[in-house]
Amino acid sequence: MSEPPVITVSGLITRFGEQVIHQGLDLEVKRGEILGIVGGSGSGKSVLMKELIGLLRPAAGTLRVLGHDPHTQDMREAEALRRRWGVLFQEGALFSALSVAQNILMPMREFTDLSIPLRRDLAAIKVALVGLPPEAADKHPSQLSGGMKKRVGLARALALDPEILFLDEPTAGLDPISANAFDELILSLRRSLGLTVVMITHDLDSLITICDRIAVLVDKRIVTGTVAELAQHGHPWIRDYFNGPRGRAVLARTGS
Amino acid sequence: MTAAPFLWLQRTPSEHGEIWLPRGEWRISNAVAIDRALQALALPAATAQPGVILDLSQLEGLDTAGAMLLWQLYDRATEAGIRVDLGAVPEAFASLFTAVGVVHDKPMPRPVRMNPFYARLILLGKATVSVVQDSLCFLSFLGLITLTLWRNTIQPWRLRFTSIIFHVEEIGLKALPIVGLLSFLIGVVISYQGAQQLQQFGADLYVVNLLGVSILREIGVLMTAIIVAGRSGSAFTAQLGTMQVNQETDALRTLGLEPVELLVLPRVIAMVIALPLLAMYANILALLGGAVMCWVQLDISLGPFLRQMQEAIDLWTLWVGLIKAPVFAFVIAVVGCYQGFRVSGSAESVGQLTTRSVVHGIFLVILLDAVFSVLFAWLDI
Repeated sequence: MSEPPVITVSGLITRFGEQVIHQGLDLEVKRGEILGIVGGSGSGKSVLMKELIGLLRPAAGTLRVLGHDPHTQDMREAEALRRRWGVLFQEGALFSALSVAQNILMPMREFTDLSIPLRRDLAAIKVALVGLPPEAADKHPSQLSGGMKKRVGLARALALDPEILFLDEPTAGLDPISANAFDELILSLRRSLGLTVVMITHDLDSLITICDRIAVLVDKRIVTGTVAELAQHGHPWIRDYFNGPRGRAVLARTGS
Repeated sequence: MTAAPFLWLQRTPSEHGEIWLPRGEWRISNAVAIDRALQALALPAATAQPGVILDLSQLEGLDTAGAMLLWQLYDRATEAGIRVDLGAVPEAFASLFTAVGVVHDKPMPRPVRMNPFYARLILLGKATVSVVQDSLCFLSFLGLITLTLWRNTIQPWRLRFTSIIFHVEEIGLKALPIVGLLSFLIGVVISYQGAQQLQQFGADLYVVNLLGVSILREIGVLMTAIIVAGRSGSAFTAQLGTMQVNQETDALRTLGLEPVELLVLPRVIAMVIALPLLAMYANILALLGGAVMCWVQLDISLGPFLRQMQEAIDLWTLWVGLIKAPVFAFVIAVVGCYQGFRVSGSAESVGQLTTRSVVHGIFLVILLDAVFSVLFAWLDI
């Protein structure tokens, strides 16, 4: 494929005081793929995502998302870029003062001139697309279960039909049935909306069933590959990750 | 940008019926224009056979908003009695178009509008019931504290002395700068205002009486109580509320530890110790402020000031003020802790209840102050 990658990271260095998190990290994400990011606790997965979405400035290195620098000083460019991706935070990060419908309507209200009925219709479609019942629309986030909160967060992230979807541990804290349903949902959204998905996850099942490629954060750098490639990798942490009892069980079940 | 329909939807008649060719990028950025164009679109007569073919082969872009608009067009035509056949759907858009088609006719329920009179009535009823319930809860919380206090009095080794001392430092020692500064300024203000009025009668010296009585009886302790309610009462609610959100209080209970004994009692006791001390300190600083102002403005130096002060007040003037301090302290601490335990679920309620704790704390302090005034008048003190 000659299409340029949607995300390019090269020579990324992140430091918090003395502590070095990323040391010359490189990463490429292709259009339309689902990339899973894994790594031990404190290896800087969430930090990497925050840098990609422009919330945290790295010490050095170049970042390009959809051809733009997410840390650009040009306010217009930054704003336009931010509308082209959607982010689902770990706990949903819903606005607790607003109802579900208002949460989803918020980006549409701020960034489009759509009429109110049109916006409501569109929000209803998003609610239905993420598999929420219509009655959920008027509830407040505190009345929702963890899984429903994540679905609402996803609907809000999808409000403006983004090109890239960033997910931070989308299936953490969900029961296996909800987690499977969520995986299915992401696959179907990718298929129908043509999304590129970058997800941090520790869920081996979703890593193996829905991710096209996996990026492993080890030794302050990234190793990418498919599950089969990584299972053969020489690095002890990666080998243990995929060949531990859990990894083997999932691999055996999915037959890869 | 124009609203001409042909820009977004090209219509060509054919022998199989009219062909509708959506053109261009049917995306959210164009949704307003597309919607306007579609609203202006005149549907063919329902009788015009054999209907319409919706052909998506000329589409250049489609997202959820665009798919929704296509389906709305489809619905509108079908409802008008026109037969709509779907022509070719390019592979790139097929799954999105189908996905939206499956879900597009599930509108969100509209919020139910109620008669405003009934709505108010219901609100009033709910508020009344919640006031009654709240008072009962507060009463039982008070009972719980009293019981725990009793148990700790007969088994004093159960008291958490470290915790009490920590809270005395938090409530008392760390409040010294702000309480001192505000009291000093209050003394200055009373002295200044009093002097301006009393000078007119040549009764300059009676500013000292005004200062002594008003500060020692009322203002010193009241100001301190209000500052502490805002500073420490709110902190109690926020601390206990956060622990409640984090399930720390549940964890304590499962370990066989009683949150009231562990968290509330040290705070209440520390408050009852610290507030009278703070009030005394506030009295001194306020009188000092008054003395400075007397000297600057009325040329009353420290000697005559003290002599007049001795004439004006006796020991009871001081006691009448200080006796109120432990009562205020108890109320502020109990209200703060009570609101903290009422926090449930969200972090949002921590904020709400912290506000309420300060408002209720100050309200009760002033109410009790009024009760004390009546009581002292009755006792002729």
